[in-house]
Amino acid sequence: MQLLATNPSALQILWFALVCVLWIGYLVLEGFDYGVAMLIPFLGKTEKEKRVIVNTIGPVWDGNQVWLLTAGGATFAAFPGWYATLFSGLYLPLFLILVGLIIRGVSFEYRAKNPDTRWRNTFDWMASIGSFIVALVFGVGFANFIIGLPVVTATGNASLYVLDGKPYFWQLFSPFGLLGGIVLVVLFLFHGSIYLALKTKGTVHDKAAAFAQKVGLGAIAGGAIYLIWFQIAYSAGVLGWLLLVLAAVGLVGAWWFVRAGREGLAFICSAAATAFVAVMIFVRMFPNMGFNSAKVTTPLDITVAASSESTLVLMTVAAVIFVPIVLTYTAWNYKVFSKRLGTVNMPDEELAKA
Amino acid sequence: MNAETIARWQFGITTVYHFFFVPVTLALSIITAILQTLWYRSGDLKFLKLTKFYGKLFLINFAMGVVTGIVQEFQFGMNWSEYSRFVGDIFGAPLALEALLAFFLESTFIGMWIFGWDRLPKKLHLTALWLAAIGTNLSAIFILAANAWMQNPVGAVYDPVLNRAHMTDFAAVVLNPVAIVTFTHVIASAWMTVGGLIVAVSGWHLAKLPQAKKPRAGDAAAHRWATRFGAIVLLVAGLVVIITGDFQGKIMTSVQPMKMAAAEALYTTEGGNGTCANFSVLTIGSLDGKTPAQPIISVPCVLSFLATGDFNGKVEGITDLTKAYDGGALITPTNALQTSTADTLKAKIAALKADPNSGWDWSPNIPTSYWTFRIMMGLGFLAMAIGAYVLWVLRKGATPKDTGLWRAMLWVAPLAPLFGISFGWIFTEVGRQPWIVNGVLPTASAVSPGVSAIEVLITCVGYTLLYGLLAVVELGLFNKYVRLGLPVVEEPKVLTDDDAPLSFAY
Repeated sequence: MQLLATNPSALQILWFALVCVLWIGYLVLEGFDYGVAMLIPFLGKTEKEKRVIVNTIGPVWDGNQVWLLTAGGATFAAFPGWYATLFSGLYLPLFLILVGLIIRGVSFEYRAKNPDTRWRNTFDWMASIGSFIVALVFGVGFANFIIGLPVVTATGNASLYVLDGKPYFWQLFSPFGLLGGIVLVVLFLFHGSIYLALKTKGTVHDKAAAFAQKVGLGAIAGGAIYLIWFQIAYSAGVLGWLLLVLAAVGLVGAWWFVRAGREGLAFICSAAATAFVAVMIFVRMFPNMGFNSAKVTTPLDITVAASSESTLVLMTVAAVIFVPIVLTYTAWNYKVFSKRLGTVNMPDEELAKA
Repeated sequence: MNAETIARWQFGITTVYHFFFVPVTLALSIITAILQTLWYRSGDLKFLKLTKFYGKLFLINFAMGVVTGIVQEFQFGMNWSEYSRFVGDIFGAPLALEALLAFFLESTFIGMWIFGWDRLPKKLHLTALWLAAIGTNLSAIFILAANAWMQNPVGAVYDPVLNRAHMTDFAAVVLNPVAIVTFTHVIASAWMTVGGLIVAVSGWHLAKLPQAKKPRAGDAAAHRWATRFGAIVLLVAGLVVIITGDFQGKIMTSVQPMKMAAAEALYTTEGGNGTCANFSVLTIGSLDGKTPAQPIISVPCVLSFLATGDFNGKVEGITDLTKAYDGGALITPTNALQTSTADTLKAKIAALKADPNSGWDWSPNIPTSYWTFRIMMGLGFLAMAIGAYVLWVLRKGATPKDTGLWRAMLWVAPLAPLFGISFGWIFTEVGRQPWIVNGVLPTASAVSPGVSAIEVLITCVGYTLLYGLLAVVELGLFNKYVRLGLPVVEEPKVLTDDDAPLSFAY
């Protein structure tokens, strides 16, 4: 931990925690739809199986993605200094993420609109590869927040921090950074296959459950190496060890329950594990937000990056009113589409060839 | 080219492209909800067919709006990091609120509507669509308030300790007069576009149906109703666009006089003291915009009225404004942020003037401002003329003939307002130059210093290629579903058997 430029206010700490909450919402919710989308070409052998897989996330993926947009918007509003330095600093990785999000987003909506096999295969691979890219790059990114991105001030503007290295790109792919990318992909595959098993019946369910048991072992092993390396080399303190144990229990529990056919409990466990890892990373990122300020006199931390108290008050009021409302209708959405889907539920298609 | 120039091109390309889909989403979401409400109220299957047909076109368009919108939120930080840092205290809040209040609502309920035909009772299913449409339109309030703040930065002061803007009054930001007129202008122009789209799609089917081998019963009635509805929407929305545009002109003259002068290529101040400024319809000028243009057609005193609401009002010219700003005059002397930034801004501008590469100029590109302003208006009037003509052709139950002229007009009906909107945005954003925040922060000072020109170029080429490819896919799908025509529909029922096929799935 570094010394703070000044003591953070309660609102600054609150908003750092809220940004963490938004990231948890994103990783837990969209994490599984990345996993599901990555699996479309691998678990879906017949057209109806593929359609079952797509339909499990069809009604929810767009809402899940808004957690990322809200995390980005909240970072901009509550910590403009963080948003400015991070988004311009990780320029090319963010471009890759945007490309991934674009190609997977159109895939879900467009695959159904033409029965041609080549058309559908193209979009299935775009959904799969797009989801893989986003998960991989975010995994590399978070590992680098744990390591600490080195900052300096911009030439002629002492108020603006930039990453030390122009561009800062190849430096991201250290062994720990790469491991972070792979572990996040595997974690999402595990989380996503559990969701798929939970939401389906018949052949798709059986394949998803069998895959979850296999990939679960990889998630447990990879997660253990990553988290222990994280604690030993970069340390999130005593709290970090506690969170590490909780995350490990979550992963092992998820694997155990999916083997026992208790998919609901398995999903809760993999969601909790994802959340604990996110909290652990944010504990490490407090208060320097994942930047390493060794080369500057005033460190870039939450006090320097934060908006004014009046903006934070406004945002807090909005969050207190609207976050519960959002959670309520999101939960209702999941309830409406809670029934398991199987190939028997897929209607025959009567799309006329145009 | 330097990073700033490419970053500006990137913003222009990605934003104009994103805004091809936004107007259709804004208005078609509400119109689809209206169609479904008409079906819910009357039970007339004509309206259910129209709901499903236009709903499908809406969704094909909506997907593109969603995916291209993510780039918009990210690129402020990526390309304009000093801007983001400097204005985040004010500009960030509308973006965060847009996501929290609007995007969640829109995305969650659109999913519920698409997949909910046999999961939700009719009334709840209709409510889901209305909530999605409301979410969509709420997002416009926030993003336009954010843009309006860049044109007229109210509700803020400069904080010299942190060297950035500080929000003093959020209500002032949301109730910014520029935001209010811009919102109505943008929403009305979106309705024009969708009115034109419905005229085009249903008008095309209406003229084709008499030649069809096996015309389905009721299709002609549905398309006739829709074509007339679209034409009326186009005309009424067009009137609102004219009225709100007139308000915008007057506010623009007061908060951005240079933009008004550029829109008119008016170099010397005209009007006031019993004389008036003429509105030029066409001119010949030099392409670099450095010398006054020669008017070919001009309408006496109209510019004075457009700009000030008084036929003898004074409109300031580019040369006179430049002289005043060089002498230290503020653009809006009553603006707290402009006043409090003035001292630090002087140093920034002195540095830009000393840099031969910056090409500092107090005025925007004049030919671009002049022509985009006129093309915008011309396209709007053209669309309205087509709307009126379509109503005349359809009078007393007449059916249009499938002629080349009819088809040509149907192409123009949606595309004229759509491109009119693009030209309007190019005008309003180019016309704000050299400022990213009017009178507060020059665009040249706002760009990310840590990002090299080559990185901006790579992403700019990347977005352009990807967007070009997606345009082919989306237009192909749009065309396919337009031609398929109205679907066969049956009364939706809530499914109770867990093993029954769904009535709708991807």
